[in-house]
Order: sequence, then C-alpha cells, then structure tokens
Amino acid sequence: MNDRHLASQFDEDLNVISSKLMEMGGLVEMQIKLANQALKSFSVSQIDDILEAEDKVDLLEVDIDRELATITVRRQPAARDLRLLMAISKITTNLERTGDEASKIAKRIRSIVETGEAREIALGDLHSIFDKAADLIHRVLDAFARLDVVTAVTIHKEDDQIDHEFKGFTRKLITHMMEDPRTIRSCQDLLFIAKAVERIGDHAKNISEFIIYIVKGMDVRHSALTHVDIDSVVQLPS
Amino acid sequence: MNENLTPPPNKMTVRNLNFYYGKAQALKGINLDIPERHVTAFIGPSGCGKSTLLRTFNRMFELYPEQRAEGEILLDGENLLKSKHNVALIRARIGMVFQKPTPFPMSIFDNIAFGVKLFEKLSRVDLEERVEWALRKGALWDEVKDKLEQSGASLSGGQQQRLCIARGVAIKPEVLLLDEPCSALDPISTARIEELIAELKRDYTVIIVTHNMQQAARCSDYTAYMYLGELMEVGQTEQIFLKPSRQETEDYITGRFG
Repeated sequence: MNDRHLASQFDEDLNVISSKLMEMGGLVEMQIKLANQALKSFSVSQIDDILEAEDKVDLLEVDIDRELATITVRRQPAARDLRLLMAISKITTNLERTGDEASKIAKRIRSIVETGEAREIALGDLHSIFDKAADLIHRVLDAFARLDVVTAVTIHKEDDQIDHEFKGFTRKLITHMMEDPRTIRSCQDLLFIAKAVERIGDHAKNISEFIIYIVKGMDVRHSALTHVDIDSVVQLPS
Repeated sequence: MNENLTPPPNKMTVRNLNFYYGKAQALKGINLDIPERHVTAFIGPSGCGKSTLLRTFNRMFELYPEQRAEGEILLDGENLLKSKHNVALIRARIGMVFQKPTPFPMSIFDNIAFGVKLFEKLSRVDLEERVEWALRKGALWDEVKDKLEQSGASLSGGQQQRLCIARGVAIKPEVLLLDEPCSALDPISTARIEELIAELKRDYTVIIVTHNMQQAARCSDYTAYMYLGELMEVGQTEQIFLKPSRQETEDYITGRFG
C-alpha cells in the first residue's frame, strides 16, 4: 500500500487532524480515570479537574470539525481518506459525549460526598463496570491509532457485558430502595452514575464501529437490524 | 443508486480486446460491459489506454494504417470489429465528441444539418425540426435560436462543445462517446455539459473519458479504472469512490499514485 499522497500537505493535514483526535481522546480518558478514582475514594479533590477538561474537549471538537470542513473542501477526499474523515467526525461526537458523561458522573459524586449518604451501599459491581468501560475507551483509542480491526471487533462484543452488568446493578439498587426508602436519594445518584458509565461503554462500541468502517469500508452499526455478522468483518479485504 | 439486484442490460460488451499501435500493445485483454442508458466513465493516468479504448468503439482507429484491434466489441450482440457494415453507419450509431470543440466551418444550422443529410432525406421543414430538437437536446437552443445562420466558430468554447454534442445527437445515435469533453471548458460550461449528460442518459448510452475524477464521481453511474493498458477495476461509481476492491484503484483515486 502506498501510504503517501502526491500532495504532501494532504498527508500533513490528515496527521494534524488525527493527532488532535488523539489529544481529545487523551483528555476524555483522563476525565474517566479521575471520575473512577473519585467514586472509589469518595473524594471531591479532582472533580474540578474533570469539569475543566470538558471545556478543552469541547474546544477540540469545534476545532476538529473546522479542520474536517477545510480538508473536505480543499481535497475532495475519496475512498480511504473519505472514510477516515467521516469516521473522525463521528468519533469526535462520541468522544465529546463521553466527556459529558464523565462530567455528569463527577457532579453526582460531589452530591453523594456532600450528603454523606450512599456509603453503606456496596459498590463493587459499579466499580467493576466502571473499570471495564474505562478500559474499553482506552483500548478503542489505541485501536483507532493503529487501525486495528481485530481489537475493534472484540470491543464491540465486550460492550454487551457492560450492558448486562448494568442491568444487574440496577436491579440491586431497586431492591435497596424497596427495603429502605431512606436510600432512595443516594440510590438515584448511583443509578445516574451507572447509566453514565453504561453510556461510556456504548460510545466505545460506536467508535469501534467507525474503525471497522475506515479499514473495511463496511457500516456495521445497528448490526442486529442489518443482520451483519460482526465476527465476519475481520475476514473482509481491507 | 442501488442496482445490485437488477443490473441494467448491456448495450456494449468488450471481450478479450487487444489493441496495437504498430508493435506497441496499448490495450491488454480488456473485458467490459457497458450498461444501456447509463453513464460509464473511464478514468486513469495519461497513457493508460482510456482514450484508445474509446476510439476502438466506433473504429476511429481505422483512419491509421498502423493501428489494429483484436477481440470482440459487441453492440447489441454484433461484433463491430468484424462488422461488414459501412464504418460510417457504425459511427452513426455510436457518436463521438472530442476533447476540443470541433465545429465545422459553416453555420450553426448546417453544423447540425450536415450529418443528418448524410443519412436521411428530410424535407426542409423536417430538417428544421430536427435541428431544433438536437439543439434543445444539446441545451443550446435558447442561446442560438436567433442566430442559426452565424458561424459555429462564433460561439464560446462551452457553446461550441454543446454544439458538437447536439451534432452527435442529431443523427440519433444509440451510444455517445465523450473524450474529455470538458477539459477545455470553464466550470460553468462544464456544469452545463454535466447537466446535459444526465439528461442524455435517459435516451442514450453514454461513455465518458475524463482526467477529472470528481467529474467521473459527479456524472457517471459506473466507473472503470485503467492502468498501463489494463482494466484494473470496474464497478458502480459510489463503490469505486468509497471502497474500491483493488489497492491500485484506491491509490489512484486518493492521489497516492506515483
């Protein structure tokens, strides 16, 4: 495969936009990591860091979209280039929303810590879901950087596990609330957090679909509806 | 466009076509179907054979003694290379428009009427009707209807090219070959010609050679990528520009060629 364009400026523009996406990914990953730590330690010391990072993420989203428009109008990209740029546009949207989820989690943690409630509810399951979701985001960004379809397909399937565990945790919270209505407020906070974590997993799954689209040119979104066998895409020609 | 289920019938079929300029082989084993009433674009770098292939379709190469073609080019199942028909009749069925506008040194009216008179005996009224019809098909009528007696050369480049397309259409061909029809035109004239191509494909099978890949993407239904005298890949235009099957095609259309 010929990796370089005749127009070297085009390569440079693509490199710049990919690095900005990775920078955005790094910030979102940091937000998730801090939120995960804050939940485990019931600490508010880094909540502000999470919220501040959100502004940077938002600015990068705007910046990347502007560059995408510029490259499209100047280069009229086709084939792999077009798929890459389409995918970057979708991935930035998913990353920005992932950052939003981290911020929502941060705010809920502050609420929990300030009221001092919820400490008596066992959170082992939630920590496990959170670790998994954080790991998915980390690995999906890595897979994007390497355009690694095998990992993308794995991540796509692993998100189902998060969805499954989320449902289990929800049932547990409902039991708590029925047994002791005084826990309703903190259970509600925890439910919001769990839902946000579950959404982070979904975003990782979405991003994995765009990696498959870049490399294989195949749209595997809504595979249950479109009857796409996700395992078979690895065999397709790149 | 999604025609995977019912592909259109083929107007032309090329089988094992080899072409030689003297001893040099310019086309190597070309196999290709040209769907009826659709636009097929040939793209590829200079010297890849796309214009040569187009010129075999109406036996234009026979004007030169050193050039010869082997294989089959079928028009509605009949092999044109073996055809006993007069070559002029073949060219009446398969019209051609060249890179540079080539109006005849005569009036706008006669530019259109000249070819018609070669093949048909029409009354003056019928001839006038035919000229108007062709100029309308060529999207030129409104601009020239008041100056039909003026020289064809007095028109702008874009108008001249549309005149040439109208001239080709006037004798009611079945296939229109366009060899870089917009390369000498400005963007507005180019847009007019592309609009015209979209109109023409309702009635005709159109084959266009272009250096401009965006033009192929804009106005063709099928795209064939050629390289060094070989047909590398042919497919629906969307597929070729979004996810071509061959790496060579992808490198060319993304500008990684070279």
